[in-house]
Amino acid sequence: MEPDTQLSSVASALAGSDGAPGAGPEPLRGRRIGGTLSPLLRWETGLVVLLIGVVIFGLDTSSAFTSDSYLFSQVLGGQVGEIALMTLPMALIIITGEIDLSVASTAGMASSLMGYLFMHHWSIALIFVTVLAMGAVAGAFNGFLVTRVGLPSLAVTIGTLTLYRGIAIGILGANTYSTFPTFWTNIGVNPVPGLPFMSWAFLIFLVMAALVGIVLHMTPLGRTLFAIGANREAAQFAGIRVKRTKFMLYTFSGVVCAFVGILLTFRLNTAVSNNAYGLELTVVATALLGGISIFGGKGTIVGVLLANLVFAGIEGALYLTTGFNESAFPIVTGGLLLASVLIPNFPELRRRAREAVHRRRRLHGAAPSVEQGVSR
Amino acid sequence: MTASSGAGSSAPVALSLQHASKSFGAVKALQDVTLDLYAGEAHALVGENGAGKSTLVKILAGVYQPDTGRLLASDSDELVLAGPAAAIAAGIAIIYQEPTLFPDLSVAENVFVGRQPLRRARLINRRAMNARVNEIFERLGVTIDPDRVARGLSIAEQQLVEIAKALSIDAKVIVMDEPTAALSAAEVDRLANVITALRDHGAAVLFISHRLEEVFRLCQRVTVLRDGRWVLSQGTDSLTVDDLVRAMVGRDLAERTYEPHTRGEPLLRVERLTREGVFTDVSFDISAGEVLALAGMVGSGRSEVARAIFGIDRYDAGTVVLDGKALRRASPSAAMAAGIGFVPEDRRQQGLVMGMGIGRNIALASLRRLRHLGLLLPGVEQRFAADWAARLQLKYRRLSDPATSLSGGNQQKVVLAKWLSRQPELLIVDEPTRGIDVGTKAEVHRLLVSLAREGIAVLAISSELPEVLAIADRVAVMREGRLVGVLDRDEATEEQIVAMATGQAAPAGLLKATAL
Repeated sequence: MEPDTQLSSVASALAGSDGAPGAGPEPLRGRRIGGTLSPLLRWETGLVVLLIGVVIFGLDTSSAFTSDSYLFSQVLGGQVGEIALMTLPMALIIITGEIDLSVASTAGMASSLMGYLFMHHWSIALIFVTVLAMGAVAGAFNGFLVTRVGLPSLAVTIGTLTLYRGIAIGILGANTYSTFPTFWTNIGVNPVPGLPFMSWAFLIFLVMAALVGIVLHMTPLGRTLFAIGANREAAQFAGIRVKRTKFMLYTFSGVVCAFVGILLTFRLNTAVSNNAYGLELTVVATALLGGISIFGGKGTIVGVLLANLVFAGIEGALYLTTGFNESAFPIVTGGLLLASVLIPNFPELRRRAREAVHRRRRLHGAAPSVEQGVSR
Repeated sequence: MTASSGAGSSAPVALSLQHASKSFGAVKALQDVTLDLYAGEAHALVGENGAGKSTLVKILAGVYQPDTGRLLASDSDELVLAGPAAAIAAGIAIIYQEPTLFPDLSVAENVFVGRQPLRRARLINRRAMNARVNEIFERLGVTIDPDRVARGLSIAEQQLVEIAKALSIDAKVIVMDEPTAALSAAEVDRLANVITALRDHGAAVLFISHRLEEVFRLCQRVTVLRDGRWVLSQGTDSLTVDDLVRAMVGRDLAERTYEPHTRGEPLLRVERLTREGVFTDVSFDISAGEVLALAGMVGSGRSEVARAIFGIDRYDAGTVVLDGKALRRASPSAAMAAGIGFVPEDRRQQGLVMGMGIGRNIALASLRRLRHLGLLLPGVEQRFAADWAARLQLKYRRLSDPATSLSGGNQQKVVLAKWLSRQPELLIVDEPTRGIDVGTKAEVHRLLVSLAREGIAVLAISSELPEVLAIADRVAVMREGRLVGVLDRDEATEEQIVAMATGQAAPAGLLKATAL
């Protein structure tokens, strides 16, 4: 077929529509969405403001807050980079309308397997490959159950959360392995050369966030993730391979979590079956605070990056506060998480409340009402 | 059009809907419709798909509130039905085609769910409950054990449980929304007896069906709706099936601007396509440059055939051959690669990602082609979308506005742009003009015909017969999952298509009512 003739025919067919009503401008219905700024952009703006607030609060508490050593030891170091790495696949999965709660267990299983293989004197390269492959298999198993078997991801990954932790215990039992090569364990305790405030894990997160951000926001694959999450059926009708895409995401998630397992084993210089225990909820919370919609179809990697910084900053700043009870930290993060779910829904909640009032008025206003119908 | 509204029955009015209108956005689903239901009478409501029947039912069910018009009870008091509970309280019961019972509760518990008779200490009085249910079933002349669980009941039996529920709340008006669509002949006979029993007890029955012979057999009066408007209400004894078909179809069939064309080699060949329980042995072909319309009632399997060709659904047997190559089953991406485009039936749920921008929706099926070094650059995508929006004369404010900001007609243009921009060889359109205004409708018709004349093969599915006749070169008619015939342009009339689609095998002119 000659494309150009086809196009011109379409145009001429429509141009020939002379005075038909449809040819005139049709009234545009629906609401306009917030001027030139999309609501997403505004969400990120809110996070930036929050982050600035956190920094001011931290500096107000102690000028040491922004010192290289404090940033490294209490803000960007420790498990912050590791959690942040797991928020990236989590964000992608939530955007497609699913969830993966097995992330921390996968990391724990990777840690156990690593200890076991070191005990058995495997070469380090082979250990890395094996552990990452195990992560891929763990993720693929989630993906298989969700896409091919068609089970709800929440139930599937709650199941594998327990299953993978169980396998971690099975591999290592009550043993620990703590004699990893210093060359490798140093990457967990020393900052990146030339960047005294930066941990290796967080640097790796930044690089990966940039890559994931490009894929999500600038490639066909990324666009299909949003389409799947916003309307799975319409995505399918547009020829998008919904199941295959989700399967790939779960596999990717497994590999990243296994990698996190390696990083945190080196940082702690300990392989033990309960490594990374309970981190999955922090990972989900961070993704949601970053503006990833729990209903799917919305979110940005910039938001996820900012949310990671906000959580890291709040934790770091609170530790500086004299008399701050560490057990209160979950209250702050929980409150932030609730706020992040509530705020985007405010317009909808307000609309619903208004409608309820309207309906009540209409009912009471109308002369003989239902009550008479009942009394018959 | 002949009409004798309301006159003729001496029975008291059980429920009267007066001058009701209901719009959804720009779509006028119901306009100035009046319907009187008489006690002790079965009243049929018929009309083509989209005539407004289900909107009317939902108003009676309290699901929708009419924009204008009133609903009067038997004592001429106005009823305001704020919700389904209010409709039930007002004595209106709706029996749906496929009832939803609680599968793990007993039949009697389903009948009395939420208002079980109680004995001391607020315990359920099972004996009294079963006795009442038995009494109701006796009145209806049916035998179902009230103690058995609902799971495993046939659809016909489930409907009977729903009818028993209606009687247990002393419903004066019983609306049956296509109850016979899923029933066997014997079950329909039993339902006929039940309807007679209901009438004998003074209930008003509103019966909705596509099967006209049932209308004559079961009902004393019939109301016809067309395009959301009331056409006639009349006793069935003074009508023929032919009259009814004409009233449903109704319009002047004069204007047709059809240019004949010569048919080339078949581009698409569908051979003995079967999806078990859905459609059977469907074979047809379409040549490049031709519009083939697939007509039939909703539920006849039209859309399902289209979905199977495009690969949304799997088929069990048969082949789909495009350009001499057999298409892979159940793979929309393979269908797209082979050159098929598909404008689905449900624009909002299947055609568009409503929350996504207009431009992104247009580009959604062409993402791979828009890549540069693997990246989707905003400028490229924007130009592509703007170009196609202009070709289809889309009215929009900004390409980044969500699809929800557009009117129905413009939304459909976005879906069309999404597929036309892929330069398909075969374009499947399912209800291409559903819910869009008359002007845009004509525009879409012209577009489809001109695309065909440029060499695209078009498979068009439509419930609107004037649309079918306006665009089709040939019309394939389906009934109950089978292709019952392919009509050439010259043989195709609305009466002929309706007759084939409803199973009135004889030509429309020869039909005579088998009135009771």
